[in-house]
Amino acid sequence: MIALLLSSPGSKANFFVWVVYIFQQYWPLFLEGCKTTFFLALTGTILGCVIGLMIGVLRTIPKPKKGNGSNFFTRAAYKILQFILLTYIEIFRGTPMIVQAMVVYYGMSYVGVDLPAMMAGFLVVSINTGAYMAETVRGGIESISIGQTEAAKALGMTHWQTMVSVVLPQTFRNILPQIGNNLIINIKDTSVLNVIAVTELFFNTKSAAGIYYRYFESFFIASILYFIMTFTCAQILRWIERKIDGSGFYKLVDAPVDPMTDPSGTLATKSSPITRKVSLRGMHAWTK
Amino acid sequence: MDEVKDVILRAEHISKTFGTNKVLHDIDFETKTGEVICIIGASGSGKSTLLRCINYLETPTSGSIMFHGEAVSSHGRGVTRYRSQVGMVFQSFNLFANKTVLQNCMTGTRKVLKKSKEEAEELAMRYLTKVGMAPYIKAKPSQLSGGQQQRVAIARALAMEPEILLFDEPTSALDPQMVGEVLQVMRDLAKEGLTMIIVTHEMAFARDVASRVIFMDKGVIEEEGPPKQIFENPKSPRTKEFLSRFIQG
Ligand SMILES: Nc1ncnc2c1ncn2[C@@H]1O[C@H](COP(=O)(O)OP(=O)(O)OP(=O)(O)O)[C@@H](O)[C@H]1O
Ligand SMILES: [Mg+2]
Repeated sequence: MIALLLSSPGSKANFFVWVVYIFQQYWPLFLEGCKTTFFLALTGTILGCVIGLMIGVLRTIPKPKKGNGSNFFTRAAYKILQFILLTYIEIFRGTPMIVQAMVVYYGMSYVGVDLPAMMAGFLVVSINTGAYMAETVRGGIESISIGQTEAAKALGMTHWQTMVSVVLPQTFRNILPQIGNNLIINIKDTSVLNVIAVTELFFNTKSAAGIYYRYFESFFIASILYFIMTFTCAQILRWIERKIDGSGFYKLVDAPVDPMTDPSGTLATKSSPITRKVSLRGMHAWTK
Repeated sequence: MDEVKDVILRAEHISKTFGTNKVLHDIDFETKTGEVICIIGASGSGKSTLLRCINYLETPTSGSIMFHGEAVSSHGRGVTRYRSQVGMVFQSFNLFANKTVLQNCMTGTRKVLKKSKEEAEELAMRYLTKVGMAPYIKAKPSQLSGGQQQRVAIARALAMEPEILLFDEPTSALDPQMVGEVLQVMRDLAKEGLTMIIVTHEMAFARDVASRVIFMDKGVIEEEGPPKQIFENPKSPRTKEFLSRFIQG
């Protein structure tokens, strides 16, 4: 086969033969590349989401107002914190990931920390995703109707209780498509980490291509592999979304009809009326 | 029951300004145990703002809220504890969209009153049954009609076993055929002696159920008294004008 290929280099008819040949020859290299790419994209997206979630939540802390139990220090701390968070977001959204990779990798070795390329890549992907997710999370939190937050407050819930049990679960559902987007972007964009010699799919494809100088064929293989990864992830994420949304209908429990829609309007249980007791201190409580 | 009804809640000289817009001027009133107070008045007269000041969803610019004779602090533990004893039902229901009907009615009792799961569930079921929503415990709010959502919202507030329940136009967002079911629930609560402050445009309801009616105009209490007096023999010309406009539609 190799003789056949070498006898007619450059022939268009031989394109698929070369594709098959290179893949047969170097599939472990491609597979390793895929593994690294997917691992970096997945872990980077997860850590990025955690960073984004924390920052997004911190960015929506209500501003402490004068005369509302806040002192000078809490107000100053609030301002400083918001400034730091905003700086982080703007810097990492505002510079290319390929440049960040170079700066982090060579910057670390400049200050004497010998960071493995893989580790530097992981850091860059996470921090980058975090900066984007922070804004997505903030938007997601702010999109939950203020009414629900007020209802939670009116029950006596604290800001954090409201966040954890009412706002964030809904935010998470709403930003899930954006998390999926980030995962897919990261699968593709980890390719820039080849500049610091992370052995992800792009880097390994380049190595494979260089052996016979078959760049078109090799990157054709890479493009198929990238697409398989992104497409599979997209499907899995859609499935998760549907899972979270649950069924479109509900089952009635016990009584099959809603007694209130009955025009006679009798309440379901007259048998368990609430009555009022007056305690000794004159405080009132609802009791059985 | 005790003849001398004591004052549960007193609004003392409440004023509220948004920027330069003075919305409430020196509002002063009190609520006794078992009273049903209906607040009526034109749109923009400050009814919602007053109700929101009462449970500190808005911080009054000046004045204070006294609960059982003690001033309520507007922040921190004090206010969350106070709010757990003063329920609120909103015009737009504001049910938690991510939770089922049952979970909606258990969140407050679990998180704020720290009740056990069993206790919280029992309370939720008791009040859901009361408002006729027990069959729907598995539904999500978006799967219910407006009237059903509002009844769940009432059950959610009742599950906290509050001493007072505040209503801000609970039927204004409802289709006409659903207004009745919500008003019926409120009538029943009134009959059972629950103390309530109700902002409403339902004049017939106010006349039948209120023990006292407060007419608000331009951020002040223009007139207050028993429903008979307000509706049949109003003293203030502004009250007269408002009511006549209302009756004509
Ligand atoms: N957050 C706010 N910022 C500025 N102005 C406000 C705010 N909330 C209310 N207002 C103003 O306060 C006034 C009273 O509003 P409020 O909602 O209390 O009236 P209302 O009597 O409840 O009216 P409606 O019957 O239409 O509900 C209005 O002029 C409104 O524009
Ligand atoms: Mg209003």
